[in-house]
Amino acid sequence: METKVLIIESILVLFLTLICATIMSIVERRVLGLLQNRYGPNRVGWQGTLQIVADMIKILFKEDWIPMFSRKAIFVFAPILSFLSLFLVIAIVPISSNFVIIDLDIGILFFLMMASLSVYPVLFAGWSSNNKYALLGAIRATAQTLTYEVFLGLSLMGVVARAQSFNMIDIVNSQILLWNCIPQFFGFVTFFIAGLALCHRHPFDQPESEQELSDGYHIEYSGMKFGLFFIGEYISIIIVSSLITTMFFGGWFGFGLSAIFWFIFKTMFFAFLFILIRASLPRPRYDKIMLFGWKFCFPLTLINLVFTAFFMLCKA
Amino acid sequence: MSIIKILVSQIRSIWLTFINIFSKRETIMYPEKSVYLAPRYRGRVILSRNLNGEERCVACNLCAVACPVGCISLKKSISKTNRWYPKFFRINFSRCIFCGLCEEACPTAAIQLIPDFELSEYKRQDLVYEKEDLLISGPGKYSDYDFYHFSGVEIEGKKKGNLDYESNPIDVKTLLP
Repeated sequence: METKVLIIESILVLFLTLICATIMSIVERRVLGLLQNRYGPNRVGWQGTLQIVADMIKILFKEDWIPMFSRKAIFVFAPILSFLSLFLVIAIVPISSNFVIIDLDIGILFFLMMASLSVYPVLFAGWSSNNKYALLGAIRATAQTLTYEVFLGLSLMGVVARAQSFNMIDIVNSQILLWNCIPQFFGFVTFFIAGLALCHRHPFDQPESEQELSDGYHIEYSGMKFGLFFIGEYISIIIVSSLITTMFFGGWFGFGLSAIFWFIFKTMFFAFLFILIRASLPRPRYDKIMLFGWKFCFPLTLINLVFTAFFMLCKA
Repeated sequence: MSIIKILVSQIRSIWLTFINIFSKRETIMYPEKSVYLAPRYRGRVILSRNLNGEERCVACNLCAVACPVGCISLKKSISKTNRWYPKFFRINFSRCIFCGLCEEACPTAAIQLIPDFELSEYKRQDLVYEKEDLLISGPGKYSDYDFYHFSGVEIEGKKKGNLDYESNPIDVKTLLP
């Protein structure tokens, strides 16, 4: 009985995330329209509500072409890995105090592992496409990874130190009195920047950079394989926003309304912030990103960690 | 220090983008809301008629000559009343650049460009407009203009010199004053 409920729960959460990611592709276009004083897609159905159906039909019936000059096995494998690597992280995110798929004691480490893995599909796709633009995109992805991976983990260590646990539920419970975004403000800022880079979102969309590389590493992909990359990006946005919520904004804590509502509301807020940043910031050069990551964010996280440790010792 | 400046400016630009949520949308919802076009907008080409309902075009070919892309083709014919008219008049709108030079060249104000740009077709062949597609029943932009009331050209019912500001033609074969 217990396992049956758990299985249904897991499938429900995974499907809901998938559906949310699909809906986000439309929501993003509408919100971008709102921010740029125009309408997004509003022709299909009432106010563009059926746009999602139209997009699905289009992407399903597109020719799924595998270039003959590509390394086929890796070419097919890359989008699947890209889709799954961050998707699986939803399993460790506690949606409410007793609603989590796996209650891992090493929750954050699992996330960090999956985040490191998510570099591989980009590299695989860029290399196996056998296309110069795709390869350039993959190389840029590598440069960007060198930038954000350094402080992605370190920015979370302050949170871990405060909660004295890697377990996500413990981390949320440690924020009962004060959300981590205040004592761990610099940790929050750096994790947010690293999260942007992790999702390849603007302004850190070096691997894609539509204007220069005309889509970067997934230039040769079409049909559903491209769809996997596309949905994978939105999934990673949802995952990263839910992680920001759990780790810095008190997870399911809120007043009055139910825990799940507060969790979803906060996650949606951060997803909106991702879109807002996309609408406002230009893409920096890759060496500038590296400079920013290594000379600013990395020391900032270290200082943050040292000060957290110092205060923890003083308290003890 | 400069990195702080950059961060502040970036946060400012994020804020400036955010407050755009509350401003008006600039998009014109085109098919539902029609577009205002100035009266002199150069859109679809028409052939007009004068106030008597006769077609103005005298098939002088000046428009076809003036046309830089050569999309106008016509053939002259003469009616029973000794008046020129185009036997066929054809404009290929897939080549037309809507420059309005034909309108400038036309001495009779027959060919006119009107504010209408909704010319899309699914087949290229449908963009070739024949005379029956081009000819409208009204006078277009210049309602009271009639070429034969101003020019000395002779047609049936109007001899040379009949207009009030015209002098009669001199008979060069007589010695009388």
